[in-house]
Amino acid sequence: MTLNRRTFLGTGVAVAAALQAPMVLGAGKPRVVVIGGGAGGATAARYIAKGSQGAIDVTLVEPTRTYYTCFFSNLYLGGFREMPSLAHSYGKLAGNYGINVVHDWAVGIDRDARTVTLAGGGTLPYDRLILSPGIDFVEGAVEGWGLAAQNRMPHAYKAGSQTELLKSQIEAMPEGGTFAMVAPPNPFRCPPGPYERVSMVAHILKERNPTAKIVVADPKTNFSKMALFQEGWAKHYNGMIDWIGGDFGGGNVSVDPDAMTVTIDGEQIKVDVCNVIPAMKAGRICELAGITDDNWVPVDGRTMQSRMDQNIHVLGDASAQGDMPKSGFSANSQAKVAAMAVQAALTDAKLFPAKFSNTCWSLIAANDGVKVGATYEATEDKIAKVDGFISQTGEDAELRQATYEESIGWYAGITSDMFG
Amino acid sequence: MRWLGAAFLGWGALIGAARAEEEATRIGDAERGAEIFAKCAGCHEIGQGAVHRVGPHLNGIFDRKVAQFHDFRYSESIERARRDGMVWDLEHLDAYLENPKALVSGTRMNFPGLKEQRDRNDVLAFLRQFSASPQDIPEAAPTARKREVELAPEVLAIIGDHEYGAYLSTECTTCHQIGGDYDGIPVITGWPSEDFVVAMHAYKRQIRPHPVMQMMAGRLSDEEIAALAAYFGALE
Ligand SMILES: Cc1cc2nc3c(=O)[nH]c(=O)nc-3n(C[C@H](O)[C@H](O)[C@H](O)COP(=O)(O)OP(=O)(O)OC[C@H]3O[C@@H](n4cnc5c(N)ncnc54)[C@H](O)[C@@H]3O)c2cc1C
Ligand code: HEC
Ligand code: HEC
Repeated sequence: MTLNRRTFLGTGVAVAAALQAPMVLGAGKPRVVVIGGGAGGATAARYIAKGSQGAIDVTLVEPTRTYYTCFFSNLYLGGFREMPSLAHSYGKLAGNYGINVVHDWAVGIDRDARTVTLAGGGTLPYDRLILSPGIDFVEGAVEGWGLAAQNRMPHAYKAGSQTELLKSQIEAMPEGGTFAMVAPPNPFRCPPGPYERVSMVAHILKERNPTAKIVVADPKTNFSKMALFQEGWAKHYNGMIDWIGGDFGGGNVSVDPDAMTVTIDGEQIKVDVCNVIPAMKAGRICELAGITDDNWVPVDGRTMQSRMDQNIHVLGDASAQGDMPKSGFSANSQAKVAAMAVQAALTDAKLFPAKFSNTCWSLIAANDGVKVGATYEATEDKIAKVDGFISQTGEDAELRQATYEESIGWYAGITSDMFG
Repeated sequence: MRWLGAAFLGWGALIGAARAEEEATRIGDAERGAEIFAKCAGCHEIGQGAVHRVGPHLNGIFDRKVAQFHDFRYSESIERARRDGMVWDLEHLDAYLENPKALVSGTRMNFPGLKEQRDRNDVLAFLRQFSASPQDIPEAAPTARKREVELAPEVLAIIGDHEYGAYLSTECTTCHQIGGDYDGIPVITGWPSEDFVVAMHAYKRQIRPHPVMQMMAGRLSDEEIAALAAYFGALE
């Protein structure tokens, strides 16, 4: 059987609507502007440039010249990775794929004129715009904390200097000191991220400062892979980690960055390091574009188009799409669907039914890796989960090691899928 | 051939387990299996004093994790199956003997497989006698050997659509690098189409262990698997 476009139109109910988007005719190549060169944006830019073979003009706007992946940044904290191994540049995207990489901030979007304004003063016209700006923090989410305090109490939830700062603070902790984390409410990027971080901090403290303590104040009553983390914490770091969940006042928190104190449900503690991970929202440029609803951008999962503007596709953490967790894997997966939809709209490329998947690995201790994953499909309403799996408690050491090694393979795979 | 005669009788666990032997034969005909084992005996020894040859000795194989001997050099592929938790139960032994590559793509066991179910049953009945407690090995667990590895000829004959394969492959390349080396995740480019197809179906049917791949393959249709085989097969 040969599958052609007609077969899909016949069977893929969901796809029909998306195909109505008109082809852009007239002079010049169609132009796609991608804002954000991270897991979603870099992948989308690369797939459109590669797939259209020069038929579409692709511009990628990204302020930094080096992208540090958040994924595996916890492993850096735990001493399992070096910082340079998390760094990626845009050289191949520009050199091998002909993408016009512009190192600047997008500061405005005129949806009627279909232009993007850059901080440096330039303007970029587009036929389709892809937004993958990641997250920003909700102001005032944690009493006493603001971006001005991020050097005393780092979030380290955007990788790079923040991550290095947090690590140096952990290393400088006095013997028997206290590391505190203020964990975020749902939804946030990388649901297992804070708990993998707790594991990695425990790992280095166990080596260097075994009488130190870790306190986690969490507004949630449960979290991703909770049984697996708790089993691992009891096994590797017994008595070191005190997780205070929402049932016990973990959501009632304030911090004082000058005094280095944290108050949890009325009880004030003096801490040596405080990692504040505040509530999150879509990257600010989405608000400026006027396409957010309740902090995130609602999208149609069949094409990742904004529900408010058909010319804008929104990927990754910034999007409100349904069941997928906010992860690098998800952003990469969504980028491919958007890349296909954009090419189908602007050229005569085929449109196949959208498929998505995600797997998130976490490292609990040396060679003790766990994972959770699922597949998804796009319905009219949302991206809906189809099938899934999760590592089991009590797995043997060999399987856990294989799981960890697999995550290293995945890191190599996804980063070459993003950056070429 | 060591497994004949005295070696067979001397096998400890068997002594005084006449009933077990009786039951063991019910998977198939162990005597006939002993004859078929001649096909294996060029590479494998079994029975008292058996040692590793081209392949590892096969004493106590039932219900043991695959690739367990530290003093035998297995293929990376079968070691991976062990790490994933694969156990030599009836179903997996049956699948491996039917088509070794369907279960373990890069296996060093260079053997085309026993295509007749009866032959496999008889060899398995024979092998089972050399496991420590044959009476504990279920004759027919409810799911035993329900899942076929062998694919209908129509399925193998599907010519994959290259362009569709290219799109579907984008889901795979998040993990499987094109043109990389094995680095925790195997390389899947440049395979003969049939090897690729049987491997994917073995995940889909959950005969191969590994939750990620079972899930990924689980939602692919026969056409989609063929399309992926065509696309990845043509790379490199
Ligand atoms: C500690 C931690 C661990 C994690 N571990 C994993 C993991 O193991 N697996 C996994 O899959 N995911 C993991 N994640 C999640 C993953 O990092 C994110 O989900 C992913 O990066 C989201 O991709 P994105 O494209 O939406 O945003 P990002 O990757 O953050 O990319 C956004 C980019 O947009 C740029 N940008 C923002 N605003 C503008 C603007 N106005 N103009 C121009 N450019 C702009 C930014 O500079 C940035 O480079 C982890 C996250 C954290 C914090
Ligand atoms: C050409 C040599 C050869 C023949 C013939 C052969 N095998 Fe193997 N067998 C091997 C090798 C080599 C391995 C190790 C596989 C690997 O490393 O991937 C193996 C592995 C096995 C294993 C797994 C052992 C373990 O420790 O996990 C079993 C079971 C097995 N063979 C059974 C058989 C049976 C039964 C036959 C006959 C029907 C047979 N083999 C025929 C070479 C052979
Ligand atoms: C989340 C990561 C991930 C994704 C996505 C993924 N794979 Fe895999 N794949 C793996 C891992 C890990 C293994 C090794 C599994 C094992 O041990 O059996 C594997 C094994 C395989 C194998 C067998 C390789 C061998 O040497 O035995 C094939 C074939 C394969 N994958 C094809 C695919 C195809 C086709 C897709 C896309 C539809 C895909 N994979 C998507 C992680 C992934």
